Amino acid sequence: MNAADGLGWWGVPLAIFAGAIRVSTPYLLVSLGECITEKSGRINLGLEGVLIMGAMAGYGTSLLSGSAWLGVLAAGLVGGLLGLLHGLLCSLRRVNDIAIGISIMLLGTGLAFFLGKPLVQPQAPMLSAIPFGFWSDSPQIQSALQINPLFLIGIALAVLLHYAFRYTRWGMQLRIVGDSADAALALGYRVLPTRILATIVGGFLAGVGGAFLSLYYPGSWNEGLSSGQGIIAVALVIFARWEPLRCLWASLLFGGAGALGPALQAMGVTSGYYLFNAAPYVLTLGILIATSSPNRTLAGAPGELSLVRN
Amino acid sequence: MKLMQRFLPLAEAIAIPVMALLVAMLLFAGFVMAVGQSPVEVYSLLYQGGFGSAFSWQNTLLRAAPLILTGLAVAIPAQAGMVIIGGEGALALGALAAAVAGATLNGASPHWVQAGVLAAGALCGGVWIGLSGWLRHYRGVNETIGSLLLSYIGIALLNFFVEGPLKDPASLNKPSTAPIGDANMIGNLPGMDVHYGLLFGAIFALITWVVLKFTTVGFALRTVGGNPRAAQMAGLQVGYWIVGAAFAGGAAAGLAGAIEVAAVQGSANASVVAGYGYAGILVAFIARQNPFAVIPVAILIGGINAAGGMLQRRLDMPDASVLVLQGIIFVVIIASETLNGRLRIFKPVSPMSAVILTKP
Repeated sequence: MNAADGLGWWGVPLAIFAGAIRVSTPYLLVSLGECITEKSGRINLGLEGVLIMGAMAGYGTSLLSGSAWLGVLAAGLVGGLLGLLHGLLCSLRRVNDIAIGISIMLLGTGLAFFLGKPLVQPQAPMLSAIPFGFWSDSPQIQSALQINPLFLIGIALAVLLHYAFRYTRWGMQLRIVGDSADAALALGYRVLPTRILATIVGGFLAGVGGAFLSLYYPGSWNEGLSSGQGIIAVALVIFARWEPLRCLWASLLFGGAGALGPALQAMGVTSGYYLFNAAPYVLTLGILIATSSPNRTLAGAPGELSLVRN
Repeated sequence: MKLMQRFLPLAEAIAIPVMALLVAMLLFAGFVMAVGQSPVEVYSLLYQGGFGSAFSWQNTLLRAAPLILTGLAVAIPAQAGMVIIGGEGALALGALAAAVAGATLNGASPHWVQAGVLAAGALCGGVWIGLSGWLRHYRGVNETIGSLLLSYIGIALLNFFVEGPLKDPASLNKPSTAPIGDANMIGNLPGMDVHYGLLFGAIFALITWVVLKFTTVGFALRTVGGNPRAAQMAGLQVGYWIVGAAFAGGAAAGLAGAIEVAAVQGSANASVVAGYGYAGILVAFIARQNPFAVIPVAILIGGINAAGGMLQRRLDMPDASVLVLQGIIFVVIIASETLNGRLRIFKPVSPMSAVILTKP
């Protein structure tokens, strides 16, 4: 029996596995970025706009320079700039971080659509994947094991952050600033610069996540590229209880949910396409409902976070 | 002098957003120059396209009608301390419910059908955003994220039903539900080419404003929003108020969807998801969550939206130009809130210092 067409319905879990890795990468990068920002005591809801802006900037730079990795860098820098804007504006007195986030979400989307208009048609150089499936004859397994380096970078980053938050000086500084601004001041840490820097880094990672969308999977630039991945990633950080390693598992879970629709569609199941595509939103909401509580603050939540303060 | 002092807060509430708008326009002018266009030309086209002629006013008011309602969808829950950004999904579901109601009631007298269509839209939108409020109060789910997720789910439900179970086989190019029928459509205001939806929106806003400003309902909501524990102590059922405010906001967005179906599209389809929900967030924040101020601000933003096509045709600028302008306005408006209570000219002066100040 030929393995290629003999997989039959086993193709669905395989496609979901492959899809989970592909779809989860932007979730992973954005949620790690948001995790850093939220650890410092601020929430950046604008990452949805940053993601789209990063996708556009990455695609455009890759097109102009011919190098997809330069595109990734440009996407990160643009994301960092938007993070800087968020960080600076939030440092003004009486300015609410959630409201600024919403406004940056709309600004980033508008700017990306405006500047990305000429990029809809041309084809930019894509990021290449590492073929981990070379040992198999089955093209399905081979394509399922095409893994993008950004996913591996994301895993490494999750492990690194896990240890950095616990065992390094700047990790501790970040956590103290996020848990109690007063304590940080008493210890001589500078609260605002720490938060602004954390938001810049968060924006950088979200921008890179956007570049993954436009330069690898789905691998094109159009106005419907992101529909809420940025906001899902923010919710995912809550679910992951501000732990980088849990962000990794949560991203894979969400990636699997996001891959369900396309996987079934590839198998010929087309009815209910929109409902399957809504699976990540339903899953996010379900998980938020299951993990939140009206009576106590969430375990592990940074004390200065307005999101969880009642 | 006393009279002056009474109006100082109002003057501040108007002057700071107006200043922010001017700053945003300057920033957008810089952006326009950076992409190689003339700001003077762009602004004169924006004016012409939005407010320059009877035709453009009509276009503007057509867009302002749903924006008033989606603005209220943010402004009403905000009174109770919630930041709701899911108006787009409530609008989509309102449109879907309206189309279903229109099909169910088909054959009844047009007035009943219209009433049923609008009520179904408002109810459905209200339940959807009310759910965000319920989740926040009883489950502790952040209402901003919750409402946005519900919004995406609502849009997916609309697309699913419009292209699946409720698709009218006659709608080939653009999947839609069955039309509610020409006889049941909501007509135009007398002497204008603008449908009654504008009036409905304005009435909704005015009633909300009166209720919030002059009745205990508004006071109770602000108490709940300002300090839920104190509200609980004072005997208010905080949960009911939270869910009620979210429901009222969602009803406004759902009504906007129903009006789009009953006055513009004729059936529910993907065209109703046109960004009114997101622009409504901007409207509410510029209006500082004041239901009365939502009306003029919705007309302003409606005008900017209406002029977008003009920029595209005359200057070959992308249709997203107006989104950039709106984004810049939004960021500057939020940042300008830092000026609240910090500008000296709006500070109340005591009679003694007034005397000193007026002397040269």
